[in-house]
Amino acid sequence: MDYRRGLRAGIPIALGYLSVSFTFGILAMNYGLTIWQATLVSLVTVTSAGQFAGIQMMSTPGLYVDMLISQLTINVRYSFMSISLSQKLDRRFRGVWKWLFGFFITDEIFAVAVTQPVVTRSFFAGLAALPWIGWTAGTALGASLGSVLPAAIMSALGVALYGMFVAIVVPPAKENKYVLLAAGIATLISTAFTYLPFLRNVSSGIAVSIAAIAAAVIAAIVHPLPDLPPEENEQTEKEVQA
Amino acid sequence: MTTSTFFLYLLLMAGSTYLIRVLPFIAVRHQIRNRFVRSFLYYIPYAVLTAMTIPAIFTATGSVISASIGLAVAIILALKKCSLTTVALAACFAVYVSELVIGWVS
Repeated sequence: MDYRRGLRAGIPIALGYLSVSFTFGILAMNYGLTIWQATLVSLVTVTSAGQFAGIQMMSTPGLYVDMLISQLTINVRYSFMSISLSQKLDRRFRGVWKWLFGFFITDEIFAVAVTQPVVTRSFFAGLAALPWIGWTAGTALGASLGSVLPAAIMSALGVALYGMFVAIVVPPAKENKYVLLAAGIATLISTAFTYLPFLRNVSSGIAVSIAAIAAAVIAAIVHPLPDLPPEENEQTEKEVQA
Repeated sequence: MTTSTFFLYLLLMAGSTYLIRVLPFIAVRHQIRNRFVRSFLYYIPYAVLTAMTIPAIFTATGSVISASIGLAVAIILALKKCSLTTVALAACFAVYVSELVIGWVS
């Protein structure tokens, strides 16, 4: 039941991933990877910006430290998402399940999961399934078919993920003006990183992290959440000691 | 590139991405009580998604005009609380139609 609800929630993510990973597949060919190599990269990494940066380096041997640094800086945002998501997990979502399902924390899967009041294992498994398949299959298709899909379709699918993001952010921003404030600050900073000289040279993964952290810090200072009720505090206290 | 170079790069890429996701996920096992941290974690998804969407959406399609129409359609439907799938597909459809129209006009 929960699994099927998760599967359904994963459909728009999978659609959006198809178009992005299709592009990745085409690009990977241009950097000299084989179809199997490109598909394998997507299957075991499942990250957009990190993979795009990674395949550029792969064509030059010896950049191992550079590869590590770029991956860590581009992907550091996942750490914040993991911590945020850890607060919503069902009691049985722990131990080996965290090691297993933590692999699937992407921007989009996180974004949908975090809108749930409680995240169960089966919901999360369902949610991750189609996007993972879509991401891998899209890469294989892009790598083998190249630019066969009509440009008009590719162009239209290009907004699928952004449309989904809008659907996640807009409703709470309408109800809560501090969510709107956080979104506004994030917009200003990320726009500055895209167009201003010097800032323009910062990679998009890092720019997104800086914009998001700054916006969330400011919103958290301006309007912090109310304190937890005291009973809950004591309970956690006991659990920590036990 | 040789096969061993490829696999070494792949290991670095996949391994570091996996650990950066999973280690914090494993480490935080209890409800966080710090008020500032909880507030930060409450706002972070919206901040990340907005920073990823704007301004990137404007260059995601064939033209700035079709992207703006797609964004506008998404915002209007999201204000009406349509589901994620509906909003995403409607935005794609709006981009498709507006690029057809742009094609006729020009």
